[in-house]
Amino acid sequence: MTTSPYLLEARDLQIRFGGVVAADGVDLAITEGRNLAIIGPNGAGKTTFLNICTGWIKPSRGRVAFRGRDITRMAPRKICRIGIARAFQHPQLFTEHTAIENMLIAASARSGRQNPFIDMHNLPERGEMMHLLDMVGCADVADRMVVELSEGQRKLIDIAIALALKPALLLMDEPTSGVASAEKFAIMDILVKTLAEAKVTAVFVEHDMGIVENYADEVAVWSGGRVQFKGSPEEVLQHPEVIRDVIGGEVA
Amino acid sequence: MTFSRRAILPAILVAALALVPILAPFLQVVLIFALMKGIAVLGVTVLLRAGQVSFGHALFFGIAAYAGAFLAASPFDDLVLLVLAGLVTSAVTGLIVGIFVARYRGIFFAMLNLAFSMIFWSILEKFYYLTGGADGLRLPRPTVLGMAFERGAFEDILYYVALGLALLLGWFVIRFLNSPIGQLYQTVKTNETRLEYLGISPRVALIKGYVLSAALCGVGGVLMATAQGIVTPSYAYWVRSGEMVFIAVLGGAGSVAGAFAGSIAYELVRTYAAAFAGDIWQLLLGAFLLVIILFAPGGLVGIYNSVFDRARGAAGSAKRETGVPKKPAEVRS
Amino acid sequence: MNAQLFILALFDGVAYAALVFMVAVGLTLIFGVLRVLNVAHGSLYAIGAYVTVSAGSAIIAAGYSPVLAFPLMLVAAILVGVVLGGLMEKLLLSRIYDRPEVLQLLVTFAVFMMLEDVQRLVWGNQPYFQSAAVNLLGNVELFGVFYTSYQLIFLPLVALATLIGLRLFLRRTLTGKLITAVTEDREAAQFIGINAERVYLLTFIAGAALAGLGGALASPTTSVLPGIGTEMIVLSFAVVATAGLGQIEGAAVAALLIGLGRSFAVYLYPELQVLVPYLIMLLVLLVRPEGLFGSPAARKI
Repeated sequence: MTTSPYLLEARDLQIRFGGVVAADGVDLAITEGRNLAIIGPNGAGKTTFLNICTGWIKPSRGRVAFRGRDITRMAPRKICRIGIARAFQHPQLFTEHTAIENMLIAASARSGRQNPFIDMHNLPERGEMMHLLDMVGCADVADRMVVELSEGQRKLIDIAIALALKPALLLMDEPTSGVASAEKFAIMDILVKTLAEAKVTAVFVEHDMGIVENYADEVAVWSGGRVQFKGSPEEVLQHPEVIRDVIGGEVA
Repeated sequence: MTFSRRAILPAILVAALALVPILAPFLQVVLIFALMKGIAVLGVTVLLRAGQVSFGHALFFGIAAYAGAFLAASPFDDLVLLVLAGLVTSAVTGLIVGIFVARYRGIFFAMLNLAFSMIFWSILEKFYYLTGGADGLRLPRPTVLGMAFERGAFEDILYYVALGLALLLGWFVIRFLNSPIGQLYQTVKTNETRLEYLGISPRVALIKGYVLSAALCGVGGVLMATAQGIVTPSYAYWVRSGEMVFIAVLGGAGSVAGAFAGSIAYELVRTYAAAFAGDIWQLLLGAFLLVIILFAPGGLVGIYNSVFDRARGAAGSAKRETGVPKKPAEVRS
Repeated sequence: MNAQLFILALFDGVAYAALVFMVAVGLTLIFGVLRVLNVAHGSLYAIGAYVTVSAGSAIIAAGYSPVLAFPLMLVAAILVGVVLGGLMEKLLLSRIYDRPEVLQLLVTFAVFMMLEDVQRLVWGNQPYFQSAAVNLLGNVELFGVFYTSYQLIFLPLVALATLIGLRLFLRRTLTGKLITAVTEDREAAQFIGINAERVYLLTFIAGAALAGLGGALASPTTSVLPGIGTEMIVLSFAVVATAGLGQIEGAAVAALLIGLGRSFAVYLYPELQVLVPYLIMLLVLLVRPEGLFGSPAARKI
């Protein structure tokens, strides 16, 4: 186990689907405490990259390391336990439970309690879970069934569930897609504040340049199957190639 | 546990059940079978909570019953030991089979279970010298904690043992389903992807519930064999498996109370249909289930609950639906 | 095992496979189109057998030629298919297509239970036997072994004709193509205007008729009594699951596999004969849960 200055480091990744090479020579490093936005055209492999970082897919070549530890071949369940969590473009919730129950289920997973006689609703972590719901602004709907809530609320709960695992790194796929434009910034405000409070570094794939501009500490441009470059939002968003390939046609 | 008006009727029923050997002994046989089958159906109910249906749980019902019969032929013919033997046998079998089947879902899961149970049934039918073949094995009346009883006294004792176990196991299943492992287990029904991303293996979560479901079927099976004094291959036949799912849905799929409501209704019709209309209990029960599925898919318990919900004027909580697994939902990530 | 026994086992297996195929093919056809596993299929088989035997005996007792036993089988099959199958689909299944699959299956299970009692009410508990059709065709000698022509030649020919007929029907005729379209993509088919309800009804009737025909064909070779449906349905499940749900040609292969496996077990290890079909099913499903010819769906985690 080597030490590394980076929280997550991907080196020379190659992603193949059968004979198709979706990405080649991907190099990306994520620094703790600096939220990274990944931008780029659709279908470029950004979501696949997130899936590789969580162990869902294995790259055909290359290496991913978390705090210096090689996680390239690790099972998703294990990766989850060492500190990487995932939130999804379409929120992955437990559809026959309420918001607080979803959180308590996450807490149950984290604590690994095997006693069949305790009631999950009375777990000692309940307070902590309510606090997390409160941080994402969903405390008032804690007892509502998640299927009854708005898309924005469901996305936030999806993120809260991920946070329940106390990760160091949270990977998000288009956190504000499907959310009404008026709510987008409000949700991102809550989100970034919550993440800072919980000391979680975020990586998010994003198409909305306004969000990227305001909430990312660093931006990586993904096109042509690799990370073309990385820098601060100002540098990246004014780069002529980025404006040509990525932003042109994007909703700002 | 808060006390609500809903609990009144079940409480009365339980009290009535407890008084049957004294006040209505003619009902004792029917109800003892209902209680024992109900315990077995609890096993199916547990599995339904994870969104899975097995068409082979008679395997556990049968293997526990035969384990009891083997033990009863030995010097260790005691009720406590028989139940333990049945419990352990079915739980271990459940673990072994569960390890194989827990990777599959839906119709494949159901069919694999069926295959295992039919193989076991085939062995029971054909290996005469081991299993008694189609004639089965006798199960001589066991002692209870070392004491021998006359037939009448034993039947009363067995009745209360069945009632006691039904209440105890029903209570345990409710606790299990509310516990952290039970709740994680039930998420297999709604979102395995998220479960995986919580660091839990859906397969392991499912196996835990599967073993419990197998053990419940087993306890029901060994009790049944003790009550009947004989065990036959039909204990493991596919029709028995189907019957258990039938009863679970009739009573109210996914509901602990439903398992017993369904089995009591089932046994009553089975026994008394003959008195009124000849050998047509299957016709009646089949028609009854059709009516339930078409018009009241929440089963008997669903009907009971809807009476209260309507009285309360509730907008209808989406919380507990029919409990039956829906078509596989799309999980996108 | 000497050559004669080998040939005998082979013939037994083929004859048995032919019968099982007739029932399994209807089951898999229904599943492929309606996505319902019809537990009552076994009862339709049994009723086909009962009707054939009763009507056959009546005709012969009335002095008509036993040759009529053959067309009678078709009549029985069509009756079972149209009346029982049609009623079942129209009155019950059509109302529950949007419900969870378990409930659909339980509906067919409930019908199975009801039909078991119906059989007993109409025909009682005693066994029926009417072997005129078998006797009519006499025996044939092949590879030094005597066997009934009915079982060795007629049954496999009917099964083969059914297989080829179905394949041609599904691929060449308009109705068949409609059925295939609905099987492959129900929503798309409805979107372009195909009347899915009509397709379901026709398919179910056809499948039920095939079950009835299977029973009719089986009736001269065995006693017809309560329980034959119960045994046949679980065996058909084994064939259908082994082949892959919805696979018609595959069902023929699986039926042969299971039929031969069973018949050889009878001569080599008699205690295993009942076990073999389910062992084959288990082994196939453990390695390939979608069946030998099925397409891998999202079945594993």
